[in-house]
Amino acid sequence: MATVDIKGVRKSYSGREVLSAIDLAMGDGELICLLGPSGCGKTTLLRIVAGFIQPDAGQVLVAGDDVTKLPTARRRMGMVFQSYSLFPNMTALDNVCFGPRVAGQKRDVQLARARQLLDMVGLSSHEAKFPHQLSGGQQQRVALARALAVQPQVLLLDEPLSALDAKVRVQLREEIRRIQRETGVTTMLVTHDQEEALSISDRVAVMNGGRLLQVATPAAIYREPADGFVARFIGSGAVFAGQAQGDHVRVADFTLPAHAAAAHPRGEPVEMFIRPEKVQLTPRNGHIPTGALAGEVRETIFLGSLTRVRIAVHGATDLHLWADLASEHAEDFKPGAPVVAQWDASAPRVMKA
Amino acid sequence: MRSPLAVFFIVLFLAVNVLFMLAPTAMLAIQAVFDDDGAFTLEYFQALAQYQYASSFENSLILSLLSATVGVIAGGLIAFAVLKDDAPRWLRSVVTSFSAVAANFAGVPLAFSFIATLGTLGLLTKLLKTWGIDIYAAGFSLYSIGGLTLVYSYFQIPLMVIIFFPALEALRPSWREAAENLGASTWQYWRLVGLPVLAPSLLAAWILLFGSAFSAYGTAYALTSGNIALVTTEISAVLSGNVVSEPQIGAALSVGMIVVMVLVLLASNLLSARAARWSVKS
Repeated sequence: MATVDIKGVRKSYSGREVLSAIDLAMGDGELICLLGPSGCGKTTLLRIVAGFIQPDAGQVLVAGDDVTKLPTARRRMGMVFQSYSLFPNMTALDNVCFGPRVAGQKRDVQLARARQLLDMVGLSSHEAKFPHQLSGGQQQRVALARALAVQPQVLLLDEPLSALDAKVRVQLREEIRRIQRETGVTTMLVTHDQEEALSISDRVAVMNGGRLLQVATPAAIYREPADGFVARFIGSGAVFAGQAQGDHVRVADFTLPAHAAAAHPRGEPVEMFIRPEKVQLTPRNGHIPTGALAGEVRETIFLGSLTRVRIAVHGATDLHLWADLASEHAEDFKPGAPVVAQWDASAPRVMKA
Repeated sequence: MRSPLAVFFIVLFLAVNVLFMLAPTAMLAIQAVFDDDGAFTLEYFQALAQYQYASSFENSLILSLLSATVGVIAGGLIAFAVLKDDAPRWLRSVVTSFSAVAANFAGVPLAFSFIATLGTLGLLTKLLKTWGIDIYAAGFSLYSIGGLTLVYSYFQIPLMVIIFFPALEALRPSWREAAENLGASTWQYWRLVGLPVLAPSLLAAWILLFGSAFSAYGTAYALTSGNIALVTTEISAVLSGNVVSEPQIGAALSVGMIVVMVLVLLASNLLSARAARWSVKS
């Protein structure tokens, strides 16, 4: 267990910058998810921490020690790969023994440690199986046990769940979190799945275009996205481009209530973001309250207990809102139904465009 | 239910095997145990114990073992060097093209190109002599088992390069990274992961190269004019009647070759099954 400090890390390939001055501090025993779309640089950053890639500039410090130039084999980091990468010629037990074995530990010590870890990941009865005899989820559990066998200072997980089906993915992410808490190992997990990131992280680091846009707790990221990209990428909702006007935002021909706009100079270009659960929807019966938007239901998406409704705003063809309704109340809001959408003025987040 | 087209091709394949493998083998076996009068005899097989035939088997086995081993090691290392991350990408296409040509450049033209280069009056032999290096005085001879091994290596190494590329490409870079991440040195990775994973492919390649050398005829004959007894050149000699025409001895020698190849294949299969036990589907 150790802290990890990433300081001013930069990386370019053929003149194209893939990481620009990344600073990230991880606390002892913390689980941070690097979250972002494909090509945002999250895997490059993970591989720099692992030592597979040398940064052009910057430092990686583990427990205060600069490991930037240290070979991968000497960093004491456990890594779990997207494609499992178990050694095909070894049983599950031998895979887990591999790290202690190359470190020269006695066979009985290796076996005791490996069996303890296989037990922790629930695979004691599968120790004699070769990787091709295990399911994807089981292979990834073995990979996790193998990574932990070296008693790593830092655990690195490179999209560990993306090759698994949805049900196994949910089970295994809960298991990863449980094991991470039990072992207390500082963990960096790369994913492009926001649900995965929000559900297991202590903090989420959102990346795009080689930059770190926001590092915060899942709740803070969800409630207070730092900019339009984070708002669009995390969860769902509507983002409107407009200008601040006191405690309103002027969007096209509409003046929309948003207390947060007061923090911006009048006329400043801003983006107003509102989550679907904050939008209240009522059938339109003539009167449209001040600050509300009249529109028409365009589509409904059944999500179980909730139904998500997309509304096209009258008078502005490119303005769309999302609203979440309890599914039992969604019957009145079929596509084509005229509606009125409104929200509490404290609900929208307003960010500089 | 198999489609009629699949059944047709399976039957066609079996028919080709019967016509061009089983039938000739059976005919050879029959020919080897019947004399000119049609009486059953084992004298032709017993004749294989004679010095000239026994030494031809010994020479063929030594030559095949040596050239197959040299081919596997050298070809394997070349393929590895070409596929390394830091090797230029164009190198692979150049090596593949050259290997495809060289692997098929055997027989009389290959023998003469070596005679012209490393024969007693060869270009390289004379050039080395002008630098004070007399390779023939040092014990080298192109017309020996060592010389034949060198010549055979010319097509064995490229053949290995071609057949080993896919096996090397199947080694996943993430296995190397995982091993490194777990603290393994390069040597530990190759000893514990890389070579065991490649072992079945290496064995299969070695068998192919062994068979290729064991059955080669033109290159050896053109180079040694039959001075070094090999099974293939002995078969040619007894069939063509250069000394005396004894087709039954030729048949017995051929059956002997088949027996050697079958034994080598059986040994290889046993080793492969052991080496690849981790890849056997349960």
